[in-house]
Amino acid sequence: MQNNAARHLKVDWKRSRQFMMNNIIVILILLFAVFVWTQRTNFISATNIRNLFGNTAIRFIIALGVSGCLITRGTDLSAGRTAGFAACLTAVFMQQQNYSQRIIKNMPEFIQNFADSSINAYILCVLIIVLVISALIGVINGTVVSRLKVPPFIATLGMQTLVYGMGLVIFGAQPIGSFHPEYLNVYTGYFGKDQLTQAIAAAQETGGGNLGFLNVLNDTARLFGYPALIALLVGVVMWFLYNKMRHGKYMYAIGGNEIAAEVSGVNVTKSKTLIYMLAAMLYGLCGFLLASKSAGANIGTTGFGYELEAIAGCTIGGVSVSGGIGRISGILIGVLVFEVLKIGLQFMGVKSDWTYVVQGIVIIVAVALDIRKYLRKK
Amino acid sequence: MIENGKTEFRLEMRDVVKTFPGVRALDRVQFCLKPGTVHALVGENGAGKSTLMKCVFGIYKMDEGEIIYEGKKVDISDPMMALKMGIAMVHQELQPITERSVAENIYVGRYPMKKLLGFIPVVDHETMWKNTKKLLDDVRMKFDPKQRLGDLSVSQMQSVEIAKAISADCRVLILDEPTSSLTYHEVQALFDIISELKAKGVSIVYISHKMDEILRISDEVTIMRDGQYIGTWEARELTIDMIITRMVGRELKDLYPAKHNTPGEVIFEVKDFTSINPRSFRHVSFRLRKGEILGIGGLVGAQRTELMEGIFGIRAHKAGTIAYDGNTIHISRPRDAIQKGIALLTEDRRATGIFSVLSVSDNVSIASLDQYLKYRRFLNDRKIKQLVDDNVAKLSIKTPSNKTLIQSLSGGNQQKVLVSRWLANDPDILIMDEPTRGIDVGAKYEIYSIIASLAASGKSIIMISSEMGELIGMSDRIVVMCDGRLTGIVEGSGATQENIMSLATQFT
Repeated sequence: MQNNAARHLKVDWKRSRQFMMNNIIVILILLFAVFVWTQRTNFISATNIRNLFGNTAIRFIIALGVSGCLITRGTDLSAGRTAGFAACLTAVFMQQQNYSQRIIKNMPEFIQNFADSSINAYILCVLIIVLVISALIGVINGTVVSRLKVPPFIATLGMQTLVYGMGLVIFGAQPIGSFHPEYLNVYTGYFGKDQLTQAIAAAQETGGGNLGFLNVLNDTARLFGYPALIALLVGVVMWFLYNKMRHGKYMYAIGGNEIAAEVSGVNVTKSKTLIYMLAAMLYGLCGFLLASKSAGANIGTTGFGYELEAIAGCTIGGVSVSGGIGRISGILIGVLVFEVLKIGLQFMGVKSDWTYVVQGIVIIVAVALDIRKYLRKK
Repeated sequence: MIENGKTEFRLEMRDVVKTFPGVRALDRVQFCLKPGTVHALVGENGAGKSTLMKCVFGIYKMDEGEIIYEGKKVDISDPMMALKMGIAMVHQELQPITERSVAENIYVGRYPMKKLLGFIPVVDHETMWKNTKKLLDDVRMKFDPKQRLGDLSVSQMQSVEIAKAISADCRVLILDEPTSSLTYHEVQALFDIISELKAKGVSIVYISHKMDEILRISDEVTIMRDGQYIGTWEARELTIDMIITRMVGRELKDLYPAKHNTPGEVIFEVKDFTSINPRSFRHVSFRLRKGEILGIGGLVGAQRTELMEGIFGIRAHKAGTIAYDGNTIHISRPRDAIQKGIALLTEDRRATGIFSVLSVSDNVSIASLDQYLKYRRFLNDRKIKQLVDDNVAKLSIKTPSNKTLIQSLSGGNQQKVLVSRWLANDPDILIMDEPTRGIDVGAKYEIYSIIASLAASGKSIIMISSEMGELIGMSDRIVVMCDGRLTGIVEGSGATQENIMSLATQFT
């Protein structure tokens, strides 16, 4: 009996060690976060958490896009630049009419009228245009990768530079700002913002008893801004796509064994093109949110380096660069943890130059650990 | 049974234990190798033969046990060390560097060096080519050392691998299934080399599934089963039946199940099929009947696989037609063939068959997802589960659950998963390329039974096989190919090893 119990304990210990090894980066970063919290108590504050969620939301969306490429043993290095391009594209349409430094000086009359008459519909239309143009970039990526068989690394590296160049040609190097307040609200807004603000104002005036409750409600709602909700929705849709639809099964199959997938009748070319297209659309959405977040866009800096953060988030979250493996929940954890690391470093007063160094190291270590897992299985 | 301790052994392994996550691959295994003998190591797939030898060669580290080499207890930590000690191994899976020359492949990692201008170390190509030439002559292979390895056939590459192992000037040579892709003549040449080495006092460990080979060349036979040591016998005491019984642990009455199929009208006809590659299949014509098992025989390199892949749309053809039910059909990619009701079980299970990181369930359902949708778009998980459960039961696939990753299943069970992937599509024609390669004796019989019952239910089977017994035992008719051409069609009842062999070697 005792021997048995001991054996069980041993097995459990072995398993938990395995779990620790597989999630070592997540565990270390969380420990680091706890350490930061003990040093800087405002690390866990409403503002910081809202900030964390907002940042994570944007990077989660872009990571979801890249994940499809990674799962099929590819990659997409054009992610960040595509997001930057999309941000600039959104920006030129969102500049206020009376702003003298507008990029498009003479916006056609009907567009101006549209924006003036129903600004929300206008914003939605711009989003759709941005998504369509991003999709186009993705289709080119996917076609080059799947039909011309250019290695994804090279194909998307080329696209990265190409998109950046096109952005410089079209938008120039100057920052684009001064947006419609309704568009800025896409990032700053949250569910029930107006109603709650009014109710709180009214309660303050009358000195009503439920002021405290309203404040708590408002603070809670404020934690989850529109970007976080949008990201959550995109996450659910992608989970459905990966787990409940043919496309997802084909994607995992291609990543697991591309030749076997082809032999099994999977349309590999179509699947890959769709994956890169969908990915680019997500970068487009990300760019749309980014310009709103920073209340401006600049082809040189907006979205720069996001592809590597996305790859890092995916890898930390268990997406294998050797293909065929990766879960949506893992990607969310990976991105969130990576963001916690960045914000934690910031709170500890580490200069932002150094955070790049740390990020680079984490990415390399994450991939090295992933490959190690793969080797062990062999 | 041979008593330990009396004889002087070249290599002795005592109580070797090796565990992998979830499996005890070797459980107190003994192995004693005498100088100047050929020692066969046999057992079903997964019995632990290769694992044991990988422990000797320093690829795996033993958990327990000891190795005594030439009287001294040794601890072999890596292959480099094994080679230095005079132990060489030819692996089951070749690792050729196809873009480099034969000589470079043989000397990779230990290139002969010379000093340029007296101090710059450079590779001495002249010496390397000269030595390679001599080595190849020794093993009677007439290749140019400078030839690109990729230009050789698989069997020639295997010969190069053997030459490489011999070049290490070893005292123990481990051959892990060396003849699996050799032609008849190359096997003879290999046996000659083995007897020469034996005469020189080299001890040879010979891992093989081919019973006749084992009995022909070995002095002693060690049998393993499920990671356990069963025993060691003098080869002349044994018969094939005795070996199989001890390997499997039970009596195998018949090697092949009874067939109840009756071939009907012609359902499929290939005419004048010719590859775009002039060295591949050309002018091949044959007919396939409903409910027929059509065997495809020939030597390795006869382009049988290429022909089937051509028919299935994986490889391009420049001439020829395919008629299905009397109508000409066009197949330019696997999808087209699948839609027409044709399925292809590929030859290389790991490279082109399984999705190793995916579950049994995904591996079964991937080719037939179109049939398991609800609202025309979403996967019907319940029906897919039903499909997988049915197949696991019907083909008695041994798996802990549907969600288990296929890579943790044995070769035979992986093969059954692949068979059920195609059955899920309900094809009329099932092409099977070496369906029993690398799977154990028991699982082979199960695959044969599946083939027989499919044929009995009216499906047509095309079966490529390099095992004569299986070809003759299972086929209604046998198409024999040689050098990309069809050299004859033999009725199953009148087929003998001799007449198939003479057709298979018509152009060599």
